[in-house]
Amino acid sequence: MKVFWRGIFSSLTRFRASIVSNYLFVLPALIMFLTFNVYPFYKVFQMSFRDWNGIDPGGGTFIWLNNFKEALFYDSTWWESVRNAGTITLLALTLQNFLALVLAWIVDRGVRGAQFYRSVFFLPPILSGVVVGLVWNWIFRGEAGILNRCLTQIGLGGWTHAWFSDIRTALPALAVVHMWKGFGWAFIILLAGFQGIPRELYEAARVDGANEFSVFWRITVPLMVPVFTLVGVLTILGSMQLYDLVVVTTLGGPSGHTEVPMFTILRELTDNPRFGYASCLGVVFGFILVFVSIVQLQVAKRTKAE
Amino acid sequence: MKRWLVLSPLALLALMIGFGACKSRVKPESNEILFWHWMTDRDKVFQELAQQYEQQTGVKVLVRLYAPVEAYSQNVSVGAQTNSLPDIYGILGDTKIKASFIKAGHVLRLDEALDADNGAWKKSFYKEALETSYFPPVNQFNVPQGIYGVPIDVMTIPMIYNKKLFSKAGLDPNKPPETWSQFIEAGKKLKESGVTGFVSGWAEGWLIYSMATDLAHNLMGADKVMDTFRGKVPYTDPQWVELLGAFDELKKAGFADNSMVSMLNKYAEQAFATEHSGITFNGSWSINVFEGMNPNLELGVFRVPALSNKFPRTVWGAAGSVFNVNAKSPNKEKAVAFLKWLTEPDQAKFMLGRTKNIPATKGLEKEFPAIINDFAGMMDKSIHPSRFPVSEEPKVIETFTKGIQAILIGEKTPAIVSREVQAAKEKSLKLNP
Repeated sequence: MKVFWRGIFSSLTRFRASIVSNYLFVLPALIMFLTFNVYPFYKVFQMSFRDWNGIDPGGGTFIWLNNFKEALFYDSTWWESVRNAGTITLLALTLQNFLALVLAWIVDRGVRGAQFYRSVFFLPPILSGVVVGLVWNWIFRGEAGILNRCLTQIGLGGWTHAWFSDIRTALPALAVVHMWKGFGWAFIILLAGFQGIPRELYEAARVDGANEFSVFWRITVPLMVPVFTLVGVLTILGSMQLYDLVVVTTLGGPSGHTEVPMFTILRELTDNPRFGYASCLGVVFGFILVFVSIVQLQVAKRTKAE
Repeated sequence: MKRWLVLSPLALLALMIGFGACKSRVKPESNEILFWHWMTDRDKVFQELAQQYEQQTGVKVLVRLYAPVEAYSQNVSVGAQTNSLPDIYGILGDTKIKASFIKAGHVLRLDEALDADNGAWKKSFYKEALETSYFPPVNQFNVPQGIYGVPIDVMTIPMIYNKKLFSKAGLDPNKPPETWSQFIEAGKKLKESGVTGFVSGWAEGWLIYSMATDLAHNLMGADKVMDTFRGKVPYTDPQWVELLGAFDELKKAGFADNSMVSMLNKYAEQAFATEHSGITFNGSWSINVFEGMNPNLELGVFRVPALSNKFPRTVWGAAGSVFNVNAKSPNKEKAVAFLKWLTEPDQAKFMLGRTKNIPATKGLEKEFPAIINDFAGMMDKSIHPSRFPVSEEPKVIETFTKGIQAILIGEKTPAIVSREVQAAKEKSLKLNP
């Protein structure tokens, strides 16, 4: 009997020890997560209800929902910046990802020099946003810009333009720079997705007499839905949070036509400075991103089910 | 057990935060001074001077550069929030921000040190340079009267022109434009000669604002400008509309760089230094940049052209690099002593030779290169927001500068912009009565 109880006791001790050791292994990651993710988010959320300039001791005054009221109903600059980011995101979701899809599909078909294309297309994303911005500034600059000079050289002088300074072209020009930089990510992820589809499925479909379009529509597309979703969510998050390119190319100009949410938030932090209001904009923006991502995930889920 | 397991990480986290906070606050007096700055072009000079100071006094000055200015400002802001500001630092921003730092007890009032020895240190500076750190007895921020910063160098922001391009365009290189209409004519002639008439980095709102305030002072006088800031004169006043109309005229004349409104100042400097443009609006610091890019430039300067002859033509200036002493530092006396040494003529002369910035210390005028002398000569009629008795709200300034950009791209008329600025002003008055 004694031996029985000793056995039970030692098993329990071992069980407890294993629980403790499991928790201890998780502890460092948990501490990091709480310190660098949960705590800052809590502080931002807390500050979004305060009127504080970031300097005065005491953290300013609690002003209930006033910051949110201003952000949601009265700050047209803020909503214009969200609309600008939304436009860039829409262009990236459609044009950038369509181009990435076509090129990834072609490279996946085993075109000659596939390895070379894979490296070349992935070059822009690994470049710093500042470098990309400087290069494109050189291209799009008004009278001295490379694009305008080329247009003049080939007899299209009438098409020359102050690309970043005209309200009709400033935002599209910025979107082009952003898409050029971000396209490589979508390309690599989509290519990996294409290459993950078992080849036997294609062979079986062809044996059954399916044409190229049917193979693509009935095999490739359904199997790629999770990859499309991933690329879509990453494009939305990356495009909506655009900042570095704006700082190097237009500084939000002309007259706020290329201002994006991150730029507005940082200006509220440093120029005005309204820490409480900037935090509130951060929270609002966070909710917008979460909402858009959830909608997209739901749409993807439904598409996959169909 | 379970509770312990859940609570342990939280307890550890609290301890970490606690230790982190303690470490940043406890700082004993030492023979070391920590000095933060944001000026990449002056870092080497500061490092060399710090070494000299250590050799002379035994006090080590740790010079730390944080660039770009956004990163520097964030560091200072975090330093203020966590009480971990260095012994010496500069506050970048308008008077309102400076006042916040002072009221939070982060800035030492320097009157005692400046007034010592019959005010010898105070008298060594240009009056205008010290005024940028002075709060009068009655001020809108309720800051106790006094001087809170030590200027190292000063600047002026006039119009700079290329004499060779002026000659090529048939303009007298020794007779720069004095009135707005002469400026428009000169710009057109420059354009006809094959270069851009005018360029400036007007993606940066502060540059637009500096020219606009110069024009406003010339057109309606300082009192009316300040009354506008106070909310007594609306931005829809005909003279404000007339001022905005000057930018409309500039746009219609068609000689300015067509990408100016989205151009950062460094690109504008490039365009001017490479002789693609005949006139620019830039600060005295740019001379160093221009010389570095093109040593053969022949430059001249003139004040922002007059819109009227009722009030003098002003130039944004006298403000420059100002340093503050951390009032909470145990080394504040040593910090003040270092700043005093740094602004002595020998050190000021050393910095002038290396950076070509106008020193805030008087008595070195003979050492100035001719062009720097021209810039410095404009200081008597200089204006700067840090010396205005009233500050305009940043949101109003933002609407104003964006409005001017909108005029320059033909999106809005001066009348529309003036109404928008007034609406922003009324909103800010409601928020900060």
